[in-house]
Amino acid sequence: MRQNKILENVTSSQLRSDIPDFRAGDTVKVYARIVEGSRERVQLFEGVVIKRKGAGIQATYTVRKISSGVGVERTFPLHSPRVDKIEVTRHGRVRRAKLYYLRALQGKAARIQERRRDV
Amino acid sequence: MTKGILGRKVGMTQVFTETGELIAVTAVEATPNVVLQLKNAETDGYSAVQLGYQDKREVLSNKPEQGHAKKANTTPKRYIREIRDAEGEFNVGDEIKVDTFQAGDYVDVTGITKGHGFQGAIKRLGQSRGPMAHGSRYHRRPGSMGAIINRVFKGKLLPGRMGNNKRTMQNVAIVHVDVENNLLLLKGNVPGANKSLLTIKSTVKVNAKHPAIKMAGVEAAAADEA
Repeated sequence: MRQNKILENVTSSQLRSDIPDFRAGDTVKVYARIVEGSRERVQLFEGVVIKRKGAGIQATYTVRKISSGVGVERTFPLHSPRVDKIEVTRHGRVRRAKLYYLRALQGKAARIQERRRDV
Repeated sequence: MTKGILGRKVGMTQVFTETGELIAVTAVEATPNVVLQLKNAETDGYSAVQLGYQDKREVLSNKPEQGHAKKANTTPKRYIREIRDAEGEFNVGDEIKVDTFQAGDYVDVTGITKGHGFQGAIKRLGQSRGPMAHGSRYHRRPGSMGAIINRVFKGKLLPGRMGNNKRTMQNVAIVHVDVENNLLLLKGNVPGANKSLLTIKSTVKVNAKHPAIKMAGVEAAAADEA
């Protein structure tokens, strides 16, 4: 649904233009900025994008990775200023927009084929 | 002393704060209000500023309204409210803009809540539902009517019209003031449907501990332009 024009203008200044083109199935590196007290450091979160959701400033994406045998998912607002940058390391070939089925799979079964880029 | 302005609810969206959090905000459009009348203790018994918001077509206004607006040298207004003991000096015909408030201020927002029509006791009053199964035969009813004295006590909670009431949200934070577009961004929700009319006043319960929540990247952008 298209948002109200006034509301679009309100948020337009906060939208980021440096976001690479990625979709569900792609593997990404998210450089998340973390503030500990007064110190700030960058934490790397690398995994498979299992969903993208929303439009405009509401847009989010969820990255899933297996950390010491446990599945970890983090959802980031797409335009968050707390994310330093997003790097796409691999394009995956998937047939679904939301890869919730990955949660039930482990190891070899959870692999995603690489997508050949047409561009 | 209070500050106040009248406006219209545009709708809700989200913005990032200075700390990078994504928070829900309500956009309120307040095109410049016009001071229609000044009331003072000598003639009216109390001191207030009467504000008018949103122009009305001449056809929709009657003679007294037109005369009242003419004194302030303006067109008849759709939404007229008073701000008691207003802060600052005003003259009839002055314009009041959103810059009366600043980002970080706290306000009370008054509006008319959404009408829900005739609703039962569960939705309207938050009562609990009976079991839907096991032959209870008591699902969503309002309960006992009380002692058998051929009448029901006053105040018994029963189904009826819900919503469409005047309600005030206290201590709403102003996240951003956009003077150019006559917009206020308020943290969270405010009463009423989109396009409904609102009265915004500086809050009556001032809490100095409240943090100032501000929209990110706005001051930097303003500095770039300047």
